Amino acid sequence: MSVVAPLPRGTLGARMGRGVVDWIPAAAVLVLGILLWEGLVRALDVQRFLLPAPSAILDTLWEERDLLWSAGIYTFTEAVGGFVIGSALAVLSAIVLARFRSLGRALMPFAIAANAVPIIAFAPITNQWFGPLEKTSKMAIAAILVFFPVMVNMLRGLTSVRPQSIELMRSYASGEIAIFRRVRIPNSLPYLFSALKIATVLAMIGAVVGEYFLSSQEALGFQIRNSAALFQFELAWAAITVASVLGILFYSAVALVERVTMSWHPSSRGE
Amino acid sequence: MSTGAAAVSITGLSKRFERGDVLALERIDLDVQPGEFVSLIGPSGCGKSTLLRIIGDLIRPTDGDVLVNGKSAHRARLDRDYGIVFQDAVLYDWRTVAKNIALPLEMAGWDRKRRETRVGEMVDLVELTGFEKHHPWQLSGGMQQRVSIARALSFSPPLLLMDEPFGALDEMTRERMNNELLRIWQETLSTVVFVTHSIAESVFLSTRVVVMSARPGRIAGVVEVDLPQPRGPETREHPHFAELITEVRRLLRKGHALDAPEEDEETLYVAEEGL
Repeated sequence: MSVVAPLPRGTLGARMGRGVVDWIPAAAVLVLGILLWEGLVRALDVQRFLLPAPSAILDTLWEERDLLWSAGIYTFTEAVGGFVIGSALAVLSAIVLARFRSLGRALMPFAIAANAVPIIAFAPITNQWFGPLEKTSKMAIAAILVFFPVMVNMLRGLTSVRPQSIELMRSYASGEIAIFRRVRIPNSLPYLFSALKIATVLAMIGAVVGEYFLSSQEALGFQIRNSAALFQFELAWAAITVASVLGILFYSAVALVERVTMSWHPSSRGE
Repeated sequence: MSTGAAAVSITGLSKRFERGDVLALERIDLDVQPGEFVSLIGPSGCGKSTLLRIIGDLIRPTDGDVLVNGKSAHRARLDRDYGIVFQDAVLYDWRTVAKNIALPLEMAGWDRKRRETRVGEMVDLVELTGFEKHHPWQLSGGMQQRVSIARALSFSPPLLLMDEPFGALDEMTRERMNNELLRIWQETLSTVVFVTHSIAESVFLSTRVVVMSARPGRIAGVVEVDLPQPRGPETREHPHFAELITEVRRLLRKGHALDAPEEDEETLYVAEEGL
C-alpha cells in the first residue's frame, strides 16, 4: 500500500491574502456604482426628494450621527432580541419534533404553510399585544418571522441523516441521546446556519417594519417613516443606510460564527 | 467468548418485509466458527445485506434464532461484540480521522488517554500515519474505507461484519484492500462475515463461501476454500483458485435456476463478474 504524503495545509495568512484579492472586483463595483449615482444625480439635476446624491446622504449621516446611532442601536437591540428568542425556540421545537416523529408529521404541514404566510402582516397586531412603544412588540414580530424558517431547516438537518450513520451508532450500543448529540445535531449545523443567516435579515425586517406602524420615537423605523413624510429625504436615506450596515454586520457576525463552528465542512476549504 | 460457542449461529431464520410483503430470507441455517472468514455471495436482492444486519441486530428477523458468541444478537450488540463496515465508509464529516476512529471507544466509555493510544495503534494498522488530523473529505475513497475499518476494529470486537466494503472502489484499490484485510484478519484473529458480489474476491479472501439465491434468499450451497494461508498475489495463480471460482459460479447458476425469471439479467451479470 503506497503511503501518500498528507496534503500541505494553506497558512492562515495565505488564505486571507487570497480573500482580499477575491474582494477587489466587488469593491471596485461598489465604488464605481456610487460614483455613477453621484454623477447622474448632478448631471441630470435630479430632484432631491426623488433621489438624493450619495454625498448629501453622507453629509446627513455625519450631521445626524448621534440621533442615527442611538436609533440604530435601539432597533438593532430589537432585531437581535427577536433573533435570539425566535431561533432558540425554533431549535428546541425542531429537536422535540425530530425526537417524536409522529408529532413532527402532524405539525410539519402547518409549519411549512406558516413559512409561506406574509407574517409581517401581523406586525400591527403584535404591536398591540406587546405595547406599540415597547421593544418587546418588535422583538415579538422579529421572533415569529425567524421561527419558521429556522425550525423547518433545523428539523430537516436533524432528520436527513444517512440511515447507515444511525445503524453505525446503534452497533456501538448507543441510545437516542448519544445519537442526537453525536450525529443528528452535528449533521444539522449546516442547515441551521444557512437558516440563521436568512434569519438575521428577517429579524431586521421585522424590527424596522414593525416600527413603521407605531413605535417609540427613538427607533430607526420611526426616523425613516417620519423623515420621508416630512420630505427630509437625506435623513430617510441616511437612516436606511444605518439599517443596511447593521443588517450586513449582523449577517456577517453569524457567517463568522458559522465558519469557526464548521471548520470541518468541505465548504470552508480555502480553494 | 471462550465458551467454545460458534461466533455466529443461525437456525431456521426467515425475514419478511411488511412493506411490499417481500420474503427476503427463507429458512437460513448457518454456523460461523471463531476465526473463520465467511463470505456471503449472491445476486442483488438475495438478502445477503439483510442477513448481515440481522446478525448485527440492526434488523429483527421474522422467524428463527440468531446467536452471536452464544448470546442473542440483541445482547451481543449491547455488549459491542461486533464491528461493522458498510460499502460507503460512513465517516462523520465533522470528525477528524482520529476522532472517527475514537468514536466507538467514546461510546464504550474509554478515557482520553487510552483512546489516544488505541487510535495511534489503529492508524498504524491501516497505514494512515500523518492523516490523523485530516477530515474525511480530504481522503480518497480507499483511504476513507481504511478509516472505516480501523474504526470497526478499534475496540477489538471478536466479530467483524462487512457489507460490500470494497464495492465502490476501483479494481486496483480493491485488490490492495483485499491484501490489507487479510493481513489485518491474521493480526487481529477476528472472525469475519463478508458480503460481496464479486466471485474472485469471495474466493480469494474466505475460508468458506456461502452462495445465496434470490427471492426468497436461500443458501444455494457452501464452498470450502482450502487454498493455502497466508494468501497473496500468488494465490490468484494457484490452479485450485480457478476451480473454486468455477464451483461458486456453478452454485450461483443453480441458485439462479430457482429464481424468478425477471432476475435473469442481474444474476448473469453477477455470474460473469470477477474473472
